Amino acid sequence: MPADSTTQGQRTAHEKSMATTHAANEPSPEQIREHGLYEKLGLTAPEYEAVVKRLRRLPNYVETGLFGVLWSEHCSYKSSRKYLKTFPTTGPQVLQGPGENAGVVDIGEGVGIAFKMESHNHPSAVEPYQGAATGVGGILRDVFTMGARPIAFLDSLRFGPLTDPHTRYLFSHVVGGIGGYGNCVGIPTVGGEAVFDESYRYNPLVNAMCVGMLPADKIVKGIASGVGNPVFVVGSRTGRDGIHGATFASAEDPHEKERSAVQVGDPFLGKLLMEACLELMETGAVVGIQDMGAAGLTSSSAEMASRAGGGIELYLDKVPVREDGMTPYEMMLSESQERMLVVMEKGKEQVAFDILEKWGLQIGEIGRVTDDGMLRLYFRGEVVADVPVMALVDEAPVYDRPTEPPSQAELAARKIDEDELAQRIDSLLQGEATAATGRAERTALEELLRLILAHPSVADKRWIHRQYDTTVRASTVVGPGSDAAVIAVPGTTKAVALATDGNGRYVRLNPRVGGAIAVAEAARNIVCSGGKPLAITNCLNFGNPENPSVMHQFKEAVAGMSEACLALDTPVVSGNVSFYNQSRGEDIYPTPVVGTVGVVEALSHATKSGFKQDGSSVLLLGPPDAGLDGSLVVQLLTGRPQGDAPRFDVDAEARVQSVALALIRRGLVLSAHDVSEGGIAVALAEMCVSGGMGAIVSVAGALQPSVAERIGWLFSEGQSRILLEVSQDHLDAVLTAAQEAGAPCAVIGRVTGNSLTIVDTAAAGAATSGASRTAGWEPQSEGADVWLSLPITELEDEYKNAIPKAMEH
Amino acid sequence: MKWAVVVFPGSNCDEDAAGAVRRVTGDEVDMVWHTTRDLSEYDAIILPGGFSYGDYLRSGAIARFSPVMEGVKEAAEQGTLVLGICNGFQVLTEAGLLPGGLLGNHHLQFTCGMVELRVENANLPFTSAYQEGEIIRVPVAHGEGRYYADEPVLDELAMHNRIAFTYQGEVNGSVRNIAGIANDTANVLGLMPHPERAVVEWMDSVDGRRVFESMAAYHAKRGVVHAG
Repeated sequence: MPADSTTQGQRTAHEKSMATTHAANEPSPEQIREHGLYEKLGLTAPEYEAVVKRLRRLPNYVETGLFGVLWSEHCSYKSSRKYLKTFPTTGPQVLQGPGENAGVVDIGEGVGIAFKMESHNHPSAVEPYQGAATGVGGILRDVFTMGARPIAFLDSLRFGPLTDPHTRYLFSHVVGGIGGYGNCVGIPTVGGEAVFDESYRYNPLVNAMCVGMLPADKIVKGIASGVGNPVFVVGSRTGRDGIHGATFASAEDPHEKERSAVQVGDPFLGKLLMEACLELMETGAVVGIQDMGAAGLTSSSAEMASRAGGGIELYLDKVPVREDGMTPYEMMLSESQERMLVVMEKGKEQVAFDILEKWGLQIGEIGRVTDDGMLRLYFRGEVVADVPVMALVDEAPVYDRPTEPPSQAELAARKIDEDELAQRIDSLLQGEATAATGRAERTALEELLRLILAHPSVADKRWIHRQYDTTVRASTVVGPGSDAAVIAVPGTTKAVALATDGNGRYVRLNPRVGGAIAVAEAARNIVCSGGKPLAITNCLNFGNPENPSVMHQFKEAVAGMSEACLALDTPVVSGNVSFYNQSRGEDIYPTPVVGTVGVVEALSHATKSGFKQDGSSVLLLGPPDAGLDGSLVVQLLTGRPQGDAPRFDVDAEARVQSVALALIRRGLVLSAHDVSEGGIAVALAEMCVSGGMGAIVSVAGALQPSVAERIGWLFSEGQSRILLEVSQDHLDAVLTAAQEAGAPCAVIGRVTGNSLTIVDTAAAGAATSGASRTAGWEPQSEGADVWLSLPITELEDEYKNAIPKAMEH
Repeated sequence: MKWAVVVFPGSNCDEDAAGAVRRVTGDEVDMVWHTTRDLSEYDAIILPGGFSYGDYLRSGAIARFSPVMEGVKEAAEQGTLVLGICNGFQVLTEAGLLPGGLLGNHHLQFTCGMVELRVENANLPFTSAYQEGEIIRVPVAHGEGRYYADEPVLDELAMHNRIAFTYQGEVNGSVRNIAGIANDTANVLGLMPHPERAVVEWMDSVDGRRVFESMAAYHAKRGVVHAG
C-alpha cells in the first residue's frame, strides 16, 4: 500500500516549514533548553548547543531525542572513533570492511563469510536472560541483513567469582538466554569463552558473535538509495520496550536504571524474520536493509540514509504498533526486537507484502527515500521532526578524550613481588609438610595444577555448552571445547574455523601487549584447528572513557591489536565498543575480545586438541618460557594479577603460526593445542583429558631448579607456543620444517599410559638432553626428579566437575 | 522413493533431515509447507526438529492443529512411513499418532551432546538395518525430551515391541529410558535423538544413517510385494 494521499498532500504543505509541532504532553523546545531537559535525553549542554547552532533553531522534543540517541556513545562511537580509524581494515580477503552491519571475508569458491560480534553487557547485568537473548537476536539480524545465512554463534562471557550467588544467577540466566534464543532459531552455538574474575562481579560481559555465509557477489547493504523507493518496517510491531536502551548503555551505572530499558526477545519471531528477509533478499528487489537495533527506527533510518548520502521521510501513523497512543518520540526510540527496516525497489512492493504474509509477519510501508538529505517525520499530518541526516550521523561529535598512562609508582606496584610469591610458595609447601622432602614439592605442584584446572576460567565448559544446541544445521565438524570450532560450509569442500579470545588480566597489566595477545591467541586457536586466520571482529569492553586512565588503556590496546592484525594479516572487518563498564565506581579490566574467522581448506585439516595416538611424540613449537608475568598461577597464589603481560613477540608468533598451519595441512599433526591460561601444564592436562590418554613429559634444564622455577616452567603463559602431537613417522619432517622456518621446536614427551607425568631428566645424570629427538625418560629411570604425576581420572575430575560443583549451591 | 519433510514455522532441522535423506539414499525430497493438506504422493514423511510455532505453549501443541497434520494423519492411516524427530516426536504425541508425551527434562535444562542408544527392536521399518541390542551413538538436543506415559501404556509398548530405542544412562529422565517409540502398526516412529546429525564420518558418528537406510529398504521391499 502506497503512502496515502493525505500524507502526501500535507507533506507538500509542510515542505518548507520548520518542525515546530510537538505533542501537548511533551515539553516545548524552550522548556527543553531552559530546564536542561536535553540531559535526560542523552545530550550534554555543549552537544545540545551544537545541535541548536546546526539547526539554527531550537530542536523540539522528538528531534532532541533523535540527537540524544544518535550522538550517544553507543551509536556515535564519539570517544573511540579517533582510534578505531587506525585499525587495519583492508586486504585481498576482505569483501566488506567496517561500516556495514557486518564484515565479510572471501573464503574462495565464490563464498563470503559475514560476521560480527556485539556486546550486550549492560542489559545482561540488569536482566540476564533477556539481555543475553536479545544480544544473540541482535547479532543474528546484523549478519542475515548482509544477505548471509547464519551458520554459527559464539559467545564470550565474563563474570565475577562463582562463589557469589548473584554471579551464579547472572551466569545461569545468561547461558539460558543465549541457549533460549540460539537453540530456537536453529543456529548452533559452537564456541566462545567464559572467564570468572572479581573484576566483572558487578558488570558481566556478554559478547555474542554470529557468522553467516553468502554468495560472495551478493552482499546486501544497509543503504537507503533511489529517490522515491518505498521504506518498510517488517517483523514485530513497535512497542514501548527498550526506549533509551542506547543511551542507557552509554552512561551511568546500569543498576540505577529502569528495567524497562531492557528489551524482550522473541526467538520464534526472530527465526521467521530471518527466513522472510533471506527470501526477500533472494528476489533481488531489496535496495537496502538494516536491523532496528539500538535506537531502533532512529538509527536504522538515519544510518541507511547517511550511507546513501540522501534523505528519508517516514509517516509514523503507518508504523504497526503494539498499543494505542504511542507518540512519535516513543516510536522512534523504541527498541522492540525482531524488526527490520527495508528499502525496496519502487514497483516491487507486492513482492515484500507476499513474502511477509507467507511468514505471518507484520509489514508496514512507512516512508520513502528522498534526495534532500533530511530525516523528516510525519505524524497525524504534521511534520514532527525535520533534521539533516548528516547532522545526526556524520556530524556526531568526536571527542579526543584525555589519556593518562599509569604513573611510575603504579607500574612499580604491578611488578611481581618476588618476596610475596616466595612466601606463598613456602606456605604451600608447609601445607604439605607431612610429606617427606622432595615429596612435599611434588605434592605442592600437583596441588597447584589441580587448583588451576578447577579454576572456572580454565575448567571444562560443558556445563555451559550442554545447554546450547551445538550440532543443529548438521555441519559442526569440531564443536565447543577444542581450540576453535570448525563448521563445514555447505556446497563447498571447505570449512570455517571460529574462535574468540581476550584476556583482561593481560590488558590491565600491559594494554598494548595485552591487546596484541588477544589478536594473536584467537588466530593461534584457528591455526591449531587447521584454519588460516582471515580477519577479525571485536568487542572492545572498557570502563569509563571520561577517565583518562581508561582512555589510555583503550588507545594502547587498539594500537597493540592493530600491530598484531598487521603482522598476522587479519584485518578488522567489524566490531563494537562498549564503554562505561563499571560498577560501584570501579572500571572493569580493559577487555578487548577478538573474534576470528579462518578458512579450513579441506575437512581433513580439521584438528582437535585431544591426544589421539598412544606412543606418539609431544612437541613444543615456540620459544621456551618460564616467566610468570600476568599468569593465572600468580593471581591464584597472591590474590591479584602481577607483573607485565606474558612475553610476546609478534614476529615469533607469525612464524610459529605459519609453521603449525603448514604442518597440519601436510597431515603431519595428530592433535594441536595452544599454550594459554595456565601454561604448558594445563595445556598438557587438557590434551590428556580430551583424548583420554596420558603422557610423560621430560623437562631438561638447570639442575634441581627451585620450586619457583618449576612453577615458571609449568605455568608460564608466555605466548606463541603450541603443543603438537606427532607420530614417530613424521617426527623428522616436523622438526626439519620448524628448523627451516626458524621456529623453535623440541620433543618434550610422549603420549602413553593413564597419567600425566612431568619429570626433570637433568636430575638423572644419564638421561637424554633437551635437544634429544625422543623422550628418553622411562618411569623406572633411576634418579629422575618427578615434578608431578597425576592420573588422568584425577585431572578429569578437577577439570570436568569444577563448574557443575560450583553451580550446585 | 519420494520423501517429504514438513516445514512448520519454527522448524529448524528441516534442511538437516532433507540433507541426510539425500546423502544416505540419494532420493528426492520435497520441503512441504505447513499449509499443505495433501501428502498422498509421498512414500515417507519426516516431521523435523525445531520449535514449531515457537513452542511457547507446549512443544508441538499448536503444530498438531496445522493443516499439514491432517495429511500426515491420513498418510499414517494408509501405511506411509512417518518419522518424527525431536520436535517431530513431540508433534506426533500431541497429535495422538503416538501415545504418551514429552515433558521438560528432569534437570530443567536444555541438553545437547552425543548419547548412546540401545536398539530395542530391530524389526521396525525404521530399524531393520540395526541389530537388536546394538549400542549406537546419536546426538540429542532438546529441552523437553522426558518421555512419559502411564504404566499400562508403557506395558503395552513393551509387550508389543514398540519401544525402538532406549538411552544408555540418564539423559532427560524419560520413563524406562525411552528415546523412541513406534505406533501399533509400526509405520510411525518418534524419537528424541537426531539421526540426521550422525550420517557422515566428521559428524563423529554415522550411526544415524541406518534409520534412513531401513526406511528405504522397507519401501523397496514393500514395492516388490505390491508389484507381486
